[in-house]
Amino acid sequence: MIKLEGISREFQVGDETVHALNQVDLQLTRGDYYSIMGPSGSGKSTLLNILGLLDRPNAGRYWLDDIDTTSLAEEQRAKVRRNKIGFVFQAFHLVPRLTAAENVELPMTLAGIDPHERKQRVHSALEPLGLLDRANHRPDQLSGGQRQRVAIARATIMQPTILLADEPTGNLDKASSRDVIETLELLNSKGLILLVVTHDPEIGRRAKHSIRMEDGAIIDTSGNRP
Amino acid sequence: MRVDDILQFGFRSISGTPSRTWLMLLAMAIGVGSVMVLTALGEGARRYVTSEFSQLGTNLLVVLPGRSETTGGAPPIMGETPRDLTLNDAMALTRNRSIERVAPIAVGSAPVSFRQLEREVNILGSTHDLLPVRQLELSLGKFLPAGDPNRGAAVAVLGSKLKKELFRNHKALGQWIRISDRRFRVIGVLKARGQSLGTDMSDIAVIPVASAQSLFNTTSLFRILVQARSRDSIPQASKAILKTISERHDGEDDVTVITQDAMLSTFDDIFLALTMTVAGIAAISLAVAGILIMNVMLVAVSQRTSEIGLLKALGSPGRQILHLFLMEASLLSLSGAIIGVGVAFGGIWGLEQLFPEFPLSIPIWAFLAAVTVAIGTGLLFGVLPARRAAALDPVTALAGR
Ligand SMILES: Nc1ncnc2c1ncn2[C@@H]1O[C@H](COP(=O)(O)OP(=O)(O)OP(=O)(O)O)[C@@H](O)[C@H]1O
Ligand SMILES: [Mg+2]
Repeated sequence: MIKLEGISREFQVGDETVHALNQVDLQLTRGDYYSIMGPSGSGKSTLLNILGLLDRPNAGRYWLDDIDTTSLAEEQRAKVRRNKIGFVFQAFHLVPRLTAAENVELPMTLAGIDPHERKQRVHSALEPLGLLDRANHRPDQLSGGQRQRVAIARATIMQPTILLADEPTGNLDKASSRDVIETLELLNSKGLILLVVTHDPEIGRRAKHSIRMEDGAIIDTSGNRP
Repeated sequence: MRVDDILQFGFRSISGTPSRTWLMLLAMAIGVGSVMVLTALGEGARRYVTSEFSQLGTNLLVVLPGRSETTGGAPPIMGETPRDLTLNDAMALTRNRSIERVAPIAVGSAPVSFRQLEREVNILGSTHDLLPVRQLELSLGKFLPAGDPNRGAAVAVLGSKLKKELFRNHKALGQWIRISDRRFRVIGVLKARGQSLGTDMSDIAVIPVASAQSLFNTTSLFRILVQARSRDSIPQASKAILKTISERHDGEDDVTVITQDAMLSTFDDIFLALTMTVAGIAAISLAVAGILIMNVMLVAVSQRTSEIGLLKALGSPGRQILHLFLMEASLLSLSGAIIGVGVAFGGIWGLEQLFPEFPLSIPIWAFLAAVTVAIGTGLLFGVLPARRAAALDPVTALAGR
């Protein structure tokens, strides 16, 4: 489904070149659950940004659903991002002036989907997450866990191939973290690839595959559960 | 993205920061409003003067003694003084085909008294034809009698104010008044019409021109008013006047003929230039408002950096983000323009209540220009921030770096 081949990403900081990713090969299978762990600065976020088409590698190839994304123009990359990729951020990134429902609706609004259909899809996205009674609340009226679950609903409303979560529980307490992880897993069980970057070994162990990174390279890919 | 969604998105974001938005709208409204009010004032002044001129009479030419310097020609010989205009000059003009009527005018000021009441007023000596030429109207009695202008009867027509001052509410017709040391019988009273180009036609007495000349002990005229037969015959009449007077004055071109059209178009030009200048100055405030929009939008872009990053992560192409921010800028300037138009109409309505006789109206071109310029500046100054937003790198934007 997703295939990275020899992906490198370098940053120029002054005279120095930082190798954030070094010849990374990776293959992700539809419907699987992955966690990425590793020390700070090991390139986890950089890898996620490249997978999410927010960033371009300096070298290597990246296939997403048989599309060679490295050859796409910016406009087409935006389109792939819209239809195939969902993001969940540590900082939630909800639009503060929009209600929960409107935040969830936003990707469909940007895509120009009919308002009637949008309302229905928002409803059926919020319902299983138990957020219907919060639909008309603004982000500042929601708890952290609720905010993150609204963000998850937004990330999956376009039915993407892959959901990329960069430390989704980084700003949450234990109980909320659990809610959020369970929400992510629920969506994963419906067939989308889930990729979670985390520092929490407990969460890391829940994934079917644990990817370990160090110094811009993947050093271990192991299955956790049979 | 659907247009209504773009609109709504823009509306939500500008209403998200109300105080900043109101400030912006205020600036834009002041810009648009002042352009419109000031052009309306300039245009009103122009119309006021134009209507004053047309009140003078239609197809009017004014003959003044002395050559106007702007006509060029040989410089006057030293010591030469222009010859006076006389009653006979005026009479000679009536023989021309292109001329309908001629009203000679002699003026002076003298005390007018009735019993114990006395006032010093302007005395206008003229003929029967002054009434149609100057388009005067009577409220009572008759105007000066027709007949030989060289024979001065002892009759007078009073302006409305003078009549009131001398007679209060008593009957004036048929009464004998005294102008200087002579007695005149009141035969008519003029209708009140307010100011007419600075001459208060209500505070005068009109007497036959010959009587005025003998009263002021002169044979010359202040000027001659000539009414051409039609609008088309004005140039012809002007030529005929110059020719006739020159013949009578031994070949000297020593009069000036001013046509009403020439005066009108001069004033028209002056007032148009004035209006444009004032509108131009007011337009500076529009530019200021535009720069303010740019500033506000730049602040918005930097404050909403992470939101822009999010939009990109959600698959919004740069072009769409450009449109979203341009929409915000144009919403701001358009609403500002609408408020400004409202304020302008309100202000003009207020001015109309204060000065009902002054003709005020916003010329349609000013309205269109102000609104177009407002939206134009909004867009123009919105482009830079919008492009900056569209060009943001999503990773950096989301990291809040
Ligand atoms: N825009 C950038 N400019 C320069 N260097 C960068 C940039 N982004 C990342 N890096 C560098 O690349 C390396 C990998 O960064 P990355 O953010 O991927 O680490 P990470 O694994 O996500 O760390 P953390 O766990 O702290 O989030 C780091 O050394 C970082 O300093
Ligand atoms: Mg990171």
